[in-house]
Amino acid sequence: MIRLDQVSKSYDGGRTWAVRGLNLHVAEGELMVLLGESGCGKTTTLKMINGLIEATDGRIHVAGQDVRRQDPVLLRRRIGYVFQRIGLFPHMTVGENVAIVPKLLGWEKQTVARRVEELLEMVDLGPADFRDRMPRNLSGGQRQRVGVARALAARSNVMLMDEPFGALDPLTRASLQDEYRRIHRRLGLTSVMVTHDMTEALLMADRIACMRAGEIVQVGSPHALMTDPQDEFVRRLMQTPKEQADRLEQIVQDEGGGAS
Amino acid sequence: MTGEVWRQIGECVQNLPSYLGQHVLISVLALGIGIAVSLPLAILGARSKTLRWPVLTAASIIQTIPSMALLALFFPVLVGVSYVTSRVLGVSISALGFLPTIIALTLYSMLPVLRNTVTGITGVDPAMTEAARGLGMRPRQVLLKVELPLALPVIIAGVRTATVWVVGIATLSAPIGQTSLGTYIFSGLYMENWIAVLFGCVFAAALALVLDQLIGLMQAGVTLRSRGRVAGAAVGLGVVILGGLALPALQGEGLFRGWFRQKAAEGPAEATQETYVIGSKTFAEQYVLAAAIRDQMQAAGLGTRMREGLGSAVVFRALASGEIDVYVDYSGTIWVNHMKRGTVADPQTVLTDMTWWLARKKGIRCLGPLGFENAYALAMKRDRAEALGVDSIDDLAGVSADLKIGGSYEFFGRPEWTRLRDAYGLSFAERKQYQATFMYKAVGTGEVDLIAAFTSDGRIAAYDLVVLQDPKRIIPPYDAVLLLAPGVAEDEALARALRPLVRAIPVETMRRANYQVMRDENSRTADQAADWLRREIGVAGK
Repeated sequence: MIRLDQVSKSYDGGRTWAVRGLNLHVAEGELMVLLGESGCGKTTTLKMINGLIEATDGRIHVAGQDVRRQDPVLLRRRIGYVFQRIGLFPHMTVGENVAIVPKLLGWEKQTVARRVEELLEMVDLGPADFRDRMPRNLSGGQRQRVGVARALAARSNVMLMDEPFGALDPLTRASLQDEYRRIHRRLGLTSVMVTHDMTEALLMADRIACMRAGEIVQVGSPHALMTDPQDEFVRRLMQTPKEQADRLEQIVQDEGGGAS
Repeated sequence: MTGEVWRQIGECVQNLPSYLGQHVLISVLALGIGIAVSLPLAILGARSKTLRWPVLTAASIIQTIPSMALLALFFPVLVGVSYVTSRVLGVSISALGFLPTIIALTLYSMLPVLRNTVTGITGVDPAMTEAARGLGMRPRQVLLKVELPLALPVIIAGVRTATVWVVGIATLSAPIGQTSLGTYIFSGLYMENWIAVLFGCVFAAALALVLDQLIGLMQAGVTLRSRGRVAGAAVGLGVVILGGLALPALQGEGLFRGWFRQKAAEGPAEATQETYVIGSKTFAEQYVLAAAIRDQMQAAGLGTRMREGLGSAVVFRALASGEIDVYVDYSGTIWVNHMKRGTVADPQTVLTDMTWWLARKKGIRCLGPLGFENAYALAMKRDRAEALGVDSIDDLAGVSADLKIGGSYEFFGRPEWTRLRDAYGLSFAERKQYQATFMYKAVGTGEVDLIAAFTSDGRIAAYDLVVLQDPKRIIPPYDAVLLLAPGVAEDEALARALRPLVRAIPVETMRRANYQVMRDENSRTADQAADWLRREIGVAGK
């Protein structure tokens, strides 16, 4: 569904590379997580897929079509995008935010209205209650639900998500992660999600692409990465959540909970 | 006393439709053009750093030019433009009043709108614009649907600043011949009519506040999505603007009248069919004389229109370019300012040379002197002069180091002042500049010891001042002279109408007429004083 061949990006005319020689194939219906530390090129990679950033070199195909051969604006309208800092427009109501892409596509007013209701229901925000609220009157979790609804609005089957749950409290994050997986599976989406949260990556991904310094180090299922890390970097990366889990276990076992 | 105040207020109210209407017209038009130009410019500036700097710098520089100077600066420019258009198109543009006012006010309105729009747009969170692009908006859609709405509060703040500035600065358009609420303020200042000054200030401030608040309400309505607020503000703005524009029509005055005018008719026969424009400078005597000229011409069946309260730098050029047809100037002013003569001659020689020079160089006809002088003269309180034993400027030399002198802004910049100082060896302890009214008050209260007074000013007698002799004849003669524009120089009907005023007004009569207007108690209007003057010299009622 999404294919990157030898994709590179340099912001300074080739002196340094944000992304270099990247090959990645995301199958239809797959939830691929780009995992890595900040500055490793994962967000750049994500933005090259919908043309927000133009690749310096290489080829990118979405649904069999070369990204560079199409109008990037039309391409973006077909691809759902959930933004890192949520990106709801504060001057528009919840309903208007969700309706942006359908309106850009020139849908009829009633179709748009129906679609907005449908989406708000899907993300558990009662339309009657939420449609006319302003984003500033929503909690962080509610806003991100609107963000997901907006990305899905034009019935796109490809979703790009840039650390979508990063700014949420742990409880909200967990429930949204579950919910997104459900939506992903139910609608048969193909998703690429960027995160630096190891646990999130392991819990949500079908496959994880570990990135370091602009290159993919290893691609594989969470299980494969956990059990068979192909180099030291991936091993250390995968160890962190395990170590954390061990330490948590330790705390639970120490009766007073006072052990350090 | 209260009856007097009510009478003055009544006079002000009579002019309100015209003054307020013109004020609304020039303010709203200048703001409209200013915003229409600034917004796109600012949007381009927000996009391109190379464009932003020059645009904002140019706007800032314009802002640093004092408003009065900026308004006056466009006059010579437009005179030049008008010369070209009249040559090429046969249409001359009026370089006075409307056009220079609109241009200057438009320029003034631009900086706050430009700066706030650029700041507003560049200040939009990049995450917002990226989200907009990421959703598939085109650059235009990003601008219209995201950037401008998010920057709106900052942009509107700029518009509100511009509104308050423009409405305020529009009052300064009076000296370049544009009627506005400033006409109350300027004529009030020169005629010592404080009611008029206050009246102009209050209405200008009220207009600024009302427009500012209505724009604020409109913005709040848009942001809060309150239809009621938006509608209320729109209705309010509509009422103020349309009402303002409709006001002058109630008085049967066309708004754009005098903007474009036909080239002056060539022959005197056609010229008599024309409306003559009478100009005046900004002090009481000029208003009185302009009114006397008007009455004189109307008595002869000639059509007239007034262009009063023009700055003295503007009025001579206005006559030379045919913007106005007739006004009264003073021989010394022409001699020093325009002919650039350094030496002083006797009054007759000055008159003869000046008349010849005007006709030869400018095509202006000097119809003759009115019979009195309005010269600069050093004057002191009588008791103070007697105590010091001062009778002439010569006597001042010994005591000047202990004295304070007051003068108008203009006086200390004039060559006479330098020559006077050098010739008599004067060196005063302090030099203070005043608007004429305050200058007389200052010498009256002893704040200064002597002032550079005007010889035909009624206040010389009222304050019991003595005029010091000028034995070395340093100060040139300032005979009041009637000047006719080149286009009407050969117009005998006009000359016939005005000739009775030539050599007809003695200085005492002029002083008394001036004082009728200037005195604090029971003051008269310039029209009433002119009426009195014409009867006094026996030219009325023919």
